[in-house]
Amino acid sequence: MSETAERVKKIVVEHLGVEAEKVTEEASFIDDLGADSLDIVELVMAFEEEFGVEIPDDAAEKITTVKDAIAYIDANKD
Amino acid sequence: MFDLTGMTALVTGASGGIGSAIAKALVAQGAKVALSGTNADKLSAVAAEIGGDTVILPCNLGDATAVDALVPQAVEALGGKLDILVNNAGVTRDNLIMRMKDDEWDQVISVNLEAAFRLIRAATKPMMKARHGRVITITSVVGTTGNPGQANYAASKAGLVGMSKALGQELASRNITVNCVAPGFIRSAMTDVLPDAQKDALLTKIPAGKLGEGDDIAAAVVYLASREAAYVTGQTLHVNGGMAMI
Repeated sequence: MSETAERVKKIVVEHLGVEAEKVTEEASFIDDLGADSLDIVELVMAFEEEFGVEIPDDAAEKITTVKDAIAYIDANKD
Repeated sequence: MFDLTGMTALVTGASGGIGSAIAKALVAQGAKVALSGTNADKLSAVAAEIGGDTVILPCNLGDATAVDALVPQAVEALGGKLDILVNNAGVTRDNLIMRMKDDEWDQVISVNLEAAFRLIRAATKPMMKARHGRVITITSVVGTTGNPGQANYAASKAGLVGMSKALGQELASRNITVNCVAPGFIRSAMTDVLPDAQKDALLTKIPAGKLGEGDDIAAAVVYLASREAAYVTGQTLHVNGGMAMI
């Protein structure tokens, strides 16, 4: 697992209070991990802070799974 | 009760009669308060009078860029967090609807309604992170009852009530409450300019028989800001001497 994936999963586990094994790369934040729309906003804020990236609203809307988040961050971090 | 020790607050319109009373009351309960307003000299005078834990952040609420910067400035000046946002600033540009100029409408909506939207949007970020927040917006009895010559002002104040109800629902799960305090006629620079005849006519409609004071509003704000009011959200607390019972 990449370093980005590790850090993303850690944030998701902490924020959503779900078990680590549930946070697979295919997991959907809303359908599989029980997040609501406000949780997504907060997760995006947490990712921005952790990785020093800016995730604009149109990009954030497309981040629905753990994999989406990791891919966006890997493509946009310094 | 209503102890605000360790909490931080941003109050807009803090140099006015109601705003300065609110700031003073929050400081008296133990909060550290950022005072915002257009006039730095007046804010300094209010800060000196309060004599407690305050910082001054001048800002023109008609300037969207400046408004967007205000909450981050406040968070920094207050030591990294913002527990309480008091949207108190407001302007009037009274006119009969047929004479009302576009800029009279725009200025009132921009300062009273849009600035509050911008400030709340910015403030929810630190509040959501902290899982705690109090947004308190000063509206007006005329937002509910209407008042001839104040179509713009009444619209802006009613808009604030609707916005607060929407946000109360949106943010309740994060322990952020969003409420309004609706003053009736309070002795302030805004009511001092009313002609005596109009003031006398007003008093006949107020069962309490007198205008309210800034402290009457400040006490309502302190309550809504407190931990004790955690289960109150989306509400408007009317403080008007009985002139309108809603």
